[in-house]
Amino acid sequence: MAAVTAGSGAGSGAAGSPEATGGSTGSGGWRRPHGPLQRYYGPSTADAAEEVPDPTDINGPHFDPEVFMTKVRSECPLGQLLAREAALGREIRALDSDMQTLLYENYNKFISATDTIRKMKVDFRHMEAEMDDLAANMAAISASSARVSAALQDRHRRGAQLAGVQALLRKLQALVEVPGRLRRWAGTEPARALRCHARARAVLRHYRHLPSFRAIEDESQAIMADLAQRLRTRLREETLDPKELTECVEMLLQLEEPAEELSEEFLSQAGARLEAELAALEAELPAADPSGTATTPPPPASDILDFVDRGSSAFVGTLCQLAGSYRALFGEDTGRLEPFAAALATRYFTLLERRLALERGLGDTSLLVRALDRFHRRLRTLLELLPAGADAAAELVARAARERVDRYLRALQTFFLGCLGDVRQALAAPRPPGKEGPGLPDLLATLAASVLGQLKAVLAYVQLFTARDVAFASLPYFKGEFCVTAVREGLVVAFVRWLCRTARGFADGPTERGAPAAPPALLLLLARLCLDYENSTISYILTLTDEQFPPQDSGPAVTPGPALCAEARAAAQRLLDHYVQVQGAAVAQMLRKSVETRDWLGTVEPRNVRAVMKRVVEDITAIDVQVGQLFEEGVRRAQSSDSSRRAFSVYSSSRAPGRYAPSYTPSAPMDTHLLSNIQKLFSERIDIFSPVEFNKVSVLTGIIKISLKTLLECVRLRTLGRFGLQQVQVDGHYLQLYLWRFASDERVVQGLLDEVAASAAHRCLDPVPMEHSVVELICERG
Amino acid sequence: MEDDAPVIYGLEFQARALTPQTAETDAIRFLVGTQSLRYDNMIHIIDFDDENNIINKNVLLHQVGEIWHISTSPADKGVLATCYNKTSDTKVMTCAAVWRMPKELESGSHESPDDSSSNTQTLELLCHLDNTAHGNMACVMWEPMGDGKKIISLADNNILLWDLQESSAKAVLSSSAALEGKGQLKFTSGRWSPHHNCTQIATANDTTVRGWDTRSMRQIYCIENAHGQLVRDLDFNPNKQYYLASCGDDCKVKFWDTRNVTEPVKTLEEHSHWVWNVRYNHSHDQLILTGSSDSRVILSNMVSISSEPFGHMVDDDELSDQEDQHQEEKIKEPLQDSVIATYEEHEDSVYAVEWSSADPWLFASLSYDGRLVINRVPRALKYHILL
Repeated sequence: MAAVTAGSGAGSGAAGSPEATGGSTGSGGWRRPHGPLQRYYGPSTADAAEEVPDPTDINGPHFDPEVFMTKVRSECPLGQLLAREAALGREIRALDSDMQTLLYENYNKFISATDTIRKMKVDFRHMEAEMDDLAANMAAISASSARVSAALQDRHRRGAQLAGVQALLRKLQALVEVPGRLRRWAGTEPARALRCHARARAVLRHYRHLPSFRAIEDESQAIMADLAQRLRTRLREETLDPKELTECVEMLLQLEEPAEELSEEFLSQAGARLEAELAALEAELPAADPSGTATTPPPPASDILDFVDRGSSAFVGTLCQLAGSYRALFGEDTGRLEPFAAALATRYFTLLERRLALERGLGDTSLLVRALDRFHRRLRTLLELLPAGADAAAELVARAARERVDRYLRALQTFFLGCLGDVRQALAAPRPPGKEGPGLPDLLATLAASVLGQLKAVLAYVQLFTARDVAFASLPYFKGEFCVTAVREGLVVAFVRWLCRTARGFADGPTERGAPAAPPALLLLLARLCLDYENSTISYILTLTDEQFPPQDSGPAVTPGPALCAEARAAAQRLLDHYVQVQGAAVAQMLRKSVETRDWLGTVEPRNVRAVMKRVVEDITAIDVQVGQLFEEGVRRAQSSDSSRRAFSVYSSSRAPGRYAPSYTPSAPMDTHLLSNIQKLFSERIDIFSPVEFNKVSVLTGIIKISLKTLLECVRLRTLGRFGLQQVQVDGHYLQLYLWRFASDERVVQGLLDEVAASAAHRCLDPVPMEHSVVELICERG
Repeated sequence: MEDDAPVIYGLEFQARALTPQTAETDAIRFLVGTQSLRYDNMIHIIDFDDENNIINKNVLLHQVGEIWHISTSPADKGVLATCYNKTSDTKVMTCAAVWRMPKELESGSHESPDDSSSNTQTLELLCHLDNTAHGNMACVMWEPMGDGKKIISLADNNILLWDLQESSAKAVLSSSAALEGKGQLKFTSGRWSPHHNCTQIATANDTTVRGWDTRSMRQIYCIENAHGQLVRDLDFNPNKQYYLASCGDDCKVKFWDTRNVTEPVKTLEEHSHWVWNVRYNHSHDQLILTGSSDSRVILSNMVSISSEPFGHMVDDDELSDQEDQHQEEKIKEPLQDSVIATYEEHEDSVYAVEWSSADPWLFASLSYDGRLVINRVPRALKYHILL
């Protein structure tokens, strides 16, 4: 019964709930016809409205029997039609029975409701009479209560009067007892005495025109004056701790001693204490050495963290306490306190700074950071009292940080110089024969890696200053300026700059005057290092720095990476140029000496290539190997070796006779000029000491140009005999054979050697050139 | 400007020796000595007609040998000295001699420039500087401002001071000094200082520059390792008595204060090969001329170390307002040390550059292929210096 009520009454909500329906009937078939009924009673169901009207849906509101019949008839076979008909019949029957049940249920409910209403009507009539009775009784009660209280009022007033008199008498008794109590407590418990006196004082003062009260007041005042005297004496004692001091002064204030005087007294006492603590701190520092720092003071006994700890707990703690009490005692007027505290704080800062200055070397940065952090934290409480000191403190921390960064920069520089020293040593170390020392690439890699590693380590250390858990890292200085000015500019950029400068220094500085020049291999190595810096390392370092120390948008201008790269490149260029000059000069010197010291007139017919030429080729080959270790090959002008050989033979076989022809008529010189000038027209002007590119071929070309030009100039200064000329011819051919492959453009080598040959011919008394085949033979044999 | 174009003159032979005619102060005249092993060598007297931009030449035969160095007397227009190679089959000896040119050539002969080459004339030998005991002559220097009676020659490692007597017909060795040291020392060049009453000379050997006192023939200063490589030439600042310029195989030109020889006052690094010649302008010592075997001639303006003060100090009264304004502008931006011009007319190594003794704005340069180029200081700069 209940289930059915729920099912029908609940409309759309509960009808579909399987528990509600299934629980009562237990058959699934019942549910289906229940749906249409429900829909009938609740036509406003949401989903019904949304559905598209379907005239064939037998359960839908838009059912059209005609359409349905037509559809079924046209779609279904006979068997299915029969089954359908049976099913429909069943459904109709079920619906009819349902309807009957519901009707019956509703009728029953109606009947019971009518019964209930009838019962209620009878009950209400009865209740109304009882309520009237109750109201009458309440009125009687309130009337009697008013009578009773009127009767008692007089007595109550007299009782209260008596109690007042009693209290007054007790107070008078207490007043009379005041001097005695004061005397009793003044010695042992001054605070209690004070409280007692304070309570009594106002009354006494008020009634002082009555002689008895006056006597009491005078007596108690005398006692209090005595007490004040004693307190003052105590105040001057040295041994007071800050708390006692405060109490003492507080009591004196309550005794209405002049505040001005007291505050002065207080400060001088506090000052004495703080001075003592500062002195204790100072004792730890080595005495200032006015004679200069000839001897390094011994390392401080305790580390910096310890020092700061002690300083903050002792000095700063006391100062805070005292300042706090001062405020509590003398109100917010801190006109006197501030300069006092500022002076002391300044002294403390000075001490700390002196201690920081003792932190030589690189010590433990984390320790320093922790010490500074603690200092800063402790100071914050003080700074609330003393806002003026904030800047000084921040400045102190910043200075310490900067100092440390500077020291790191110096350490990096020292480290780099050390590395360079190692490299130089490795380069200069005598090699046991047959055993190759560490190659240049290895040295370079070691150098670059160790320098970069060191730089990273330093950055990691410095990063401690900006760590999140460090209090002062949130200062605007550490957020912005420190990252940019101190670390990025002051450390990283400065180091890279310094590195470039130092490297350049090897090329610019000691080349000729005094100091031993850097070995060429070192120049080459540094050139490569600078080039690597330009290509990748600088941007890597800067990215790393910017990541670890994010710069602020509004911060001071930073050195852009490209500018640094340009510096590095300039340094690399300078070094490489210098390398070329040094190596070129070495070879050139050899050639110059060989030409200058030889007797070119009296020489015999050449049978060999001169040893110095072989040496030149050897040296240049060695240089080629050296440069090849560090620099790329570079572009060579495409030209097969065959063509060059052909060119050379053409030059010596067909052109040479014209030039060396003994039939030198007066007009001939003009012809040779013409010839050589025409030749020059087609060849570009060769700059001998010109900047080279960063590749092997260009470097070698530079060196060869310098060497050959020297040979040319030297030959021009000599006078040659016939065999002298032939010797030059042989030497030139030999150089041509072996040097062309090093140069970027063998025409350069060719051109210079041609000029050497031409000049030699000019400077020859008897210009008879050697047969080219013989020259070739000699060269191949040599 | 059209007339700023260089004037080029070609010789038939190679040449290294160039000198202005020192005693001549009116006409622009240069002497060039040729180098030929197989033909008669010549001295070309080059007259430059500034107004018409024309070159006139006269040729003197110099048959004794190829000329390595040439210098002219400061007193007598007709007298000159050469260092020349005397070649035999097995030996080359560099000698020096003093010559007199024919009278009519002293002041040039403008009448017949065309056929002057055909009727070549010969030099009259005045005297030999006997160097049999001293070695090869590197150069001959005349006493500047002197009366043409004193010359100094450098022979291998000797400094020889000669007195010319009997109107230069006889050369008497008055004193000498030898440079001692390990190895074969050889002077490459020298200059006679016009200061200190002409009692000082400077010489170069290898990488060292030395100063000498001609009275005692003692060394007075020594710039060790003045250049990284060989020192090729020297010149004294004509207006500042302690200033000296040097150049060498390290492609550099250096300026020295001889009172402090540890560091050069300034260094120029403009050439791309050995610098063979450096010359101060005779009147405006900020103008420096250098010639190099990179075939270039470079004119530099070294204001900062010149005797010329920055800006001018002209009395204000003498200037009209307009000039005054002009003056201020100039003072505002004094000239910086800089390269004024690079001359690239040569195609072979330039072994000699010289200022004209007559026109301070004109100079000649000589390259090995026998090309003589006459150039002028750019007009803008000239007016800047003058005004």
